[in-house]
Amino acid sequence: MGDLFWILFSTMVVNNFTLAMFLGLCPFMGVSSRIGTALRMGAANIFVMMITAVCVWLLNTFVLVHAPYLRLIAFIVVIASLVQIVEMVIKKVSPALFQALGIYLPLITTNCAILGLAIFQTTRGYGLLEGLFFALGGGLGLMLALVLMASIREALEVAEIPDVVKGIALVMFISGSLSLAFMGFAGLLSAS
Amino acid sequence: MSTRPVAPRDAFLDGVWRENPVLVQVLGLCPTLAVTNTVANGIAMGLAVAFVLIASSGMVSLVKRLVPNEVRISAYIMIIATFVSIADMTLQALVPGIHKAMGPFVPLIVVNCIILGRAEAFASRQRVTASVADAAGNSIGFALILMVMSGLREVIGSGTFLGFSVFGPHYEPWVIMILPPGGFFTLGLVLLLVNARQRRRSAAHASATLARKAA
Repeated sequence: MGDLFWILFSTMVVNNFTLAMFLGLCPFMGVSSRIGTALRMGAANIFVMMITAVCVWLLNTFVLVHAPYLRLIAFIVVIASLVQIVEMVIKKVSPALFQALGIYLPLITTNCAILGLAIFQTTRGYGLLEGLFFALGGGLGLMLALVLMASIREALEVAEIPDVVKGIALVMFISGSLSLAFMGFAGLLSAS
Repeated sequence: MSTRPVAPRDAFLDGVWRENPVLVQVLGLCPTLAVTNTVANGIAMGLAVAFVLIASSGMVSLVKRLVPNEVRISAYIMIIATFVSIADMTLQALVPGIHKAMGPFVPLIVVNCIILGRAEAFASRQRVTASVADAAGNSIGFALILMVMSGLREVIGSGTFLGFSVFGPHYEPWVIMILPPGGFFTLGLVLLLVNARQRRRSAAHASATLARKAA
């Protein structure tokens, strides 16, 4: 059990997907201007990541043993169709949730955090349970980074900033500082 | 298909600078930040992306009339994934050390928005020669940024360039530059400089027009 929580914690904080491994930067830059949207995007991400973890485990255990060279193509096809199916199911089952997640679901298909999760899960040889905790940790970490970023950006809206820095360059500097802060957790990894 | 055809030369130059994928379109940030901690990784990533981008743009342009409109994105992703698999296996066979250092970022070329973006926005509407030229231009534009980023980060962060010492043995490297925060800071700086240059240009342009009007 300790191992599982360690996987969860280390993917969420120490090896944060966005701030330490540069995965999922597109939503991080794109939908981090409001805390509300950041939370929803994070939730949609956690959801898709958990389902992806299960699918990847199924693929790895039953299908790709026979054809490892198809790994990448299989992953991307499964993720793309998975997101479509999830979207349809949510639309049918819970229109309210669909309203809330809305446009964020299709965006997730081209989110490298999902494919990155699938690839890491494979190369590290995680089983089903480990994979699920890994996905949960990754998703929560992404959500944490998104919300932190959104709250900083909301606060910066009223601040006086030189025009040149405004926009993507400023976001980069903030991300750098956040990443710097998260590096403080790196000691935990070697301590264990 | 009603888009006006673009000359290959213009397509090439747009990709390199005027519509640079990283600086202007702000695409492909993940690899730009992740693999630029050494120049060797940057070169390998630049070459891999160039191969995938040129091959898939050419292929998409070739088959653009055969693919039904509804499934075109999935078809493009399949084409891209095939070429990425080839690049991944080739790198693994030729330069296993670098392949290992780049970790999941070689397979992740599949979801690099530059490639799908060029396929959808350009190759699916234009002739093969223009598409290949556009892909080549974008690859060079992307590789240029990778070189600048990885050059800055390796020289400052490790005091070396391609593994050769630059500042001699007494240089104390700024380790932070080759760690994740350094990536964000370097890209921020590059974007800032480009932004400043563009603002100065447009300001100069505006005052020139104003002067002409006054005269």
